[in-house]
Amino acid sequence: MPKVLASLLIALAFGTLVSAQQVTFDRILRADQEPQNWLTYSGNLAGWRYSPLTQIAPGNVRNLELQWAFQTRAPAEANEKFEATPLVVDGVMYTVLAPNHVVALDAATGRMFWLYSPVISPLARVCCGRVNRGLAILGDTLFMGTIDGHLIALDAKTGKPVWDKAVVDPALGYSFTLAPLIVKDKVIVGPAGGEYGIRGFVAAFEAATGREVWRFNTIPEPGQPGHETWEDPARAAWKTGGGPVWVTGSYDPQLNLTYWGTGNPGPDWNGDPRPGDNLYTDSVIALDADTGQLEWHYQFTPHDEFDFDSTQVPVLVDMPWQGQPRKLMLWANRNGFWYVLDRESGEFLQGKPFTKVNWANGFDAKGRPNKVLASTAEGTLVYPNNQGATNWYPPSYSPRTGLFYIPSWMDTFSTYFKAPVEYVPGRQYVGRFPTMSFPAIRPAVGNLNQRPPEDGYGAIQAFDPKTGERKWEFKMVDVTDSGVLTTASDLVFAGGREGYFFALDARTGEQLWRATVGGQVSAGAMSYAINGRQYVAIAAGSVLFVYALRQ
Amino acid sequence: MRASICVSVVVISAVTATASAQDHSYTPADIENGGRLYQTTCSGCHGPAGDEIPGVALGRGVFKRGTSDTDLIAVIKTGIPGTAMPPHAFSDQEAAQIVAYLRNMTVVRTGIGTTVMRGLGDPARGRALFEGKGVTCHRVYGRGPRTAPDLTEVGLTRPLPELRDALLDPSATMRPANRPFRVVTTDGRTIAGRLLNQDTYSIQMLDSSDRLLSLPKRTVREQGFASASPMPSYKGTFTDQELDDLVGFLASLKGFNP
Repeated sequence: MPKVLASLLIALAFGTLVSAQQVTFDRILRADQEPQNWLTYSGNLAGWRYSPLTQIAPGNVRNLELQWAFQTRAPAEANEKFEATPLVVDGVMYTVLAPNHVVALDAATGRMFWLYSPVISPLARVCCGRVNRGLAILGDTLFMGTIDGHLIALDAKTGKPVWDKAVVDPALGYSFTLAPLIVKDKVIVGPAGGEYGIRGFVAAFEAATGREVWRFNTIPEPGQPGHETWEDPARAAWKTGGGPVWVTGSYDPQLNLTYWGTGNPGPDWNGDPRPGDNLYTDSVIALDADTGQLEWHYQFTPHDEFDFDSTQVPVLVDMPWQGQPRKLMLWANRNGFWYVLDRESGEFLQGKPFTKVNWANGFDAKGRPNKVLASTAEGTLVYPNNQGATNWYPPSYSPRTGLFYIPSWMDTFSTYFKAPVEYVPGRQYVGRFPTMSFPAIRPAVGNLNQRPPEDGYGAIQAFDPKTGERKWEFKMVDVTDSGVLTTASDLVFAGGREGYFFALDARTGEQLWRATVGGQVSAGAMSYAINGRQYVAIAAGSVLFVYALRQ
Repeated sequence: MRASICVSVVVISAVTATASAQDHSYTPADIENGGRLYQTTCSGCHGPAGDEIPGVALGRGVFKRGTSDTDLIAVIKTGIPGTAMPPHAFSDQEAAQIVAYLRNMTVVRTGIGTTVMRGLGDPARGRALFEGKGVTCHRVYGRGPRTAPDLTEVGLTRPLPELRDALLDPSATMRPANRPFRVVTTDGRTIAGRLLNQDTYSIQMLDSSDRLLSLPKRTVREQGFASASPMPSYKGTFTDQELDDLVGFLASLKGFNP
């Protein structure tokens, strides 16, 4: 702690010296104490996406202006969405252009220091976009998972690989799209591929060497607890059971637990080949960060047939719960409910819908949802739609307002048709694609919106975890794939498919500023500072935009 | 399902002569199986109608790479490296069945159209009927008013049964983009036309005087779609043979470079 303060003081006094400082895990743990930097995907290990910076404030936010823009290439492939959250370390920005091009930029001007472009295997296959959500950093090394299943360590000064490890087989549909999480001396990742009949996992690698230290398989094998929830007579469904891990987890240093959300069971839209609850799909799992041992789990959607991946950022907060201080976890789920869990025990405390939901009508005392709908051959109309009430787009928590901010798809619906499905290695293992009131992937061009209001809409919503009440809703005509950033000056930054990036009052939801960015926002914003000047960065379309107050 | 497959057979024989890129022959079972594979593998990105990737319209033969069946089979199997199109673990036969479906998807797309087709009528007679009745509203090949949808490519974009249904029950088959849209401004003006685009702050329209308008929502008091099509039903107006002829004409409208 004194060491951190000392280095911060040095940083303030001698800006140029700072770039020589290594990003120790201690710095990441205390990321809130160096608000000029953004050292991990969610800004801190608790998953808040909250910036302690205050220079940009409700009273002056209307004076934001573009400082620089960085174009990837135009037009990007329709589903090469720019989903990455940049890291900023002492004036240098690191980010990933779809699918796996890494750049280091001067965070004040956007000028490029270096570019790293790996050769991607032509065998790579991703269900829903050749995307990457960002990097992790430890010491002088950046870490990236690739869509062809490599975990690559890069020298932060040169962009040259330090090590490159082929972790999974892209020909079987495994890929990496998430930003890795650093815990102590380890890099933690999990694979995407829930549409290819993969077997998901969370795995930790020694940052220095790439050696795999532990792996927790999200689908238990025979003899392991949870395997009994795969009840097919042939006892084979677990092998293609899915449970991908494609959004960055969180970490509680006091409990030494790392929390991860898992994705849908395979096949997605026909549960007949996999009777049972299908643990640990659509769940949060709490793992010992040193060993990968499962401490507890909670399953949001047992025996899912609606593609309700629980791949959201776990948000860790300490606040009173019914009068008692408690270590909580907030979770806005794709299935339309938002949850409060006890993150020490996994106990279910509360689950409430944040949009129209018709597949379940409540919970039992242990938090098991009361499911009332299933996929059928003739079609089942389900709220929310297949893309969910929210998805991977990161939510935010502000310790100042105590509110939980959720990017939301409101009142959208899908019709699910149960169709025969067969596993063939490397081929999608899903069933029949459902219809949706909004398309899953909004193309890069041709964003005409002629939908009627009854198809649904997009919103940023703010909830009070203590009371369960919704405080406000900011409505958009189109849905949003944008994450939410909050700041210590009580601003909320977000965007949407309409191509706007905007600032809201964190206490009222009132819009205070907006900019046209000309393409959809499919990423979460972040904030940083250089020489005392605060910046806000957002990816939209195929461009990274960076704003600061007019000088 | 069976009924629409029968339609497709009729149409295959009707279009094969002009579909020069088709270098394989297909059975109805190929098309049906290809449709199943399409819905479970391709439609997530390409959309149910094959038109959700910009620059690609699978149902209309608009591809980025390749035109022949052989080309398309190769693209499906190996993907296009460096792009969003991934490789797929299909056999040659399965990939060919998907191509068979693509070649016919406009016709066989299920869930649209309820009428069992009796066959295509004579396009020349249909054209005469159309010019007698329809041209006062629709635009074809750059001529005619913009009040109603442009029909220049309607033979590519609408399945056959839907064309016939559209003549008998226009409101039932009206596409979202074709719904009449009406706005009342805060100063009391009513603007009718078609909604081209909208967002949280503004509305873009083509009004009934063919003007492109962009209206800030703060100047709009009311807005909404009409659920009924302004097009009259031709039920009882035409004989079955005349309807077949009209559908034959509409199906022949395949853009400027068919």
